[in-house]
Amino acid sequence: MHKRHGITRVNTYLCTLTREREGLMMKKIIAKQEACMGCGLCEVYCTTQHSKSKDIIKAYNSEQPKPIARIRREVNKPVSFAIQCRHCEDAPCVAACLSGAMTKDQKTGEVVHNKEKCIGCWTCIMVCPYSALIMDKDGHAVAKCDLCQGLTEPACVANCPNQALIFKEVKSQ
Amino acid sequence: MIKYVIIGASAAGIAAVGAIRKIDPDSTIMVITEEFCSDYSRPMISDLVSGKVDLQKIKCKTEEFWNENKAEIRLGKKVVSLNLAEKIVNLEDGEKVVYEKLLLATGGKPFVPKMEGQEKDGVFTFTSIAEAQRLASRIDSIQAKNAVVIGAGLIGISVTEALMKRGLKVTVVELQEKILSLLLDAKASDIVEAVIRKAGVNFATGQSVQKIIGRPENEGAVGGVILTKGDQVPCDLVIVAIGVIPRTELVVGTNVKINRGIVVDNYMQTTVPDVYASGDVAETYDFILNQSRSLPLWPLAVLEGRVAGANMAGAKTSYEGGTNMSSLKYFGIPIVSIGLANPKDDPTLEVLVKQEIENNVYKKLVLKNNVIVGMTLVNCIDRAGILFSLMKGKINVKKFKQDLLRDDFGWAVLPVTLQRKMSVVQ
Repeated sequence: MHKRHGITRVNTYLCTLTREREGLMMKKIIAKQEACMGCGLCEVYCTTQHSKSKDIIKAYNSEQPKPIARIRREVNKPVSFAIQCRHCEDAPCVAACLSGAMTKDQKTGEVVHNKEKCIGCWTCIMVCPYSALIMDKDGHAVAKCDLCQGLTEPACVANCPNQALIFKEVKSQ
Repeated sequence: MIKYVIIGASAAGIAAVGAIRKIDPDSTIMVITEEFCSDYSRPMISDLVSGKVDLQKIKCKTEEFWNENKAEIRLGKKVVSLNLAEKIVNLEDGEKVVYEKLLLATGGKPFVPKMEGQEKDGVFTFTSIAEAQRLASRIDSIQAKNAVVIGAGLIGISVTEALMKRGLKVTVVELQEKILSLLLDAKASDIVEAVIRKAGVNFATGQSVQKIIGRPENEGAVGGVILTKGDQVPCDLVIVAIGVIPRTELVVGTNVKINRGIVVDNYMQTTVPDVYASGDVAETYDFILNQSRSLPLWPLAVLEGRVAGANMAGAKTSYEGGTNMSSLKYFGIPIVSIGLANPKDDPTLEVLVKQEIENNVYKKLVLKNNVIVGMTLVNCIDRAGILFSLMKGKINVKKFKQDLLRDDFGWAVLPVTLQRKMSVVQ
């Protein structure tokens, strides 16, 4: 409750209209700052998972267009943690999207990005409080965390050597 | 009688439908639009002209939207007058629709100043899908080679890029000395202008078009323009993209108060009970200027429409406010501009600037009492959202001011208390 209250104060943009839908549960990736070493393996495995080959060496050495990580290390030594789409309940990116590419799946709670519909207008980048939307390498669309659909656990979580990223059921906010 | 009648089926009108349905699943909703195509993304019409997207892709809602939301959509129906005393909407074909709650989401219309020759074939405005389609078919039918775009704002630059992509030579005429002057300061404007010039666009700034002239063989078709400084620019097309003005005509002379746009409170209510307004037609709250004003921007229209819909359906929901905020993707140079991006000299404002000339990077923050009140980011926008979040939350940035323009600025730089408030970490 404390955190939700905090969010309301810090970023009112997030919580304007959906208070009645609070309490929805969904599985999210949570960062634990005290366990993060800033090693960057989350970025490496995210990149690989989102490559065509799913091969770490090909993904980094040869694949075109170059796959990109949808998770980002935030480092300010000694502080570090990884951040990616928080799948906000009342997501600013969904409200702001000009093309209808960004939608909220009401059943799963995920914020889903349809690359085919994305026109790369960067409005979502402007409004995402986590700066979790990333311009793709050719500058035509954004890329974001899709929670690694099809895997039991997202690649960043599965490959974090110190459990600084965990995948757990939380209240959507 | 229809419980909710919405005039206009663009950003605000559609957002209102969704917001009403979250609260009131069953009452009748009717959306009336004079357009023949609804629920398309207006900012994408330039992509339609450039050929980047087709009609299907420009639709921002699925076909099922109206069915799913049990809303009746009336396409191609023009509202000619309102009887607010008896709550009646009069359509052009004589139909009368009685409403309980009315939302005016009529948007804006392009502003076209008086110019000699403006009636000639080949003069366009650029704010609707119909106009975009007419422009695209004119380009094809006369195999247009040259165009003059009047206005170097958001719409002008977007249509310029679209025309360039179709192979036309474009000259942009702008009354101000600098392009994108509502979004950028002089330095940022110069950077962006240089990039666009390099792409082959000509600019004629500090002047306007005094006359549109015809062709030698056909006086009725556009052949060129004469600028106020006397230069003549030959062209096949003229696109007027000076700006939009709120479409308030339906409530002129009624008790609905109008300034530039329709005056609404933070619940999107007008001065007449049961009549709401939102989107480009309304004047809404700017949280930076702390006053209401016309802010014709798609993302704000969506938020305003949601607030209007929620209140029409009986929930007391207040609008948090917006500000002048735009992101631009044109000519490969991403730009974000929010709030007081180009303030006049004011001793109470503090300005932080970082420029990398060789990379066309320009970052500027405007602070007042250690709170961010304006930002401009050119060619380096990836942390825009965090900065906007600090701005929107009116967070005091004194402790980390020196870090705000760092390339790796992010949540890790911010105090832990703030990170926890934002639920960034556990």
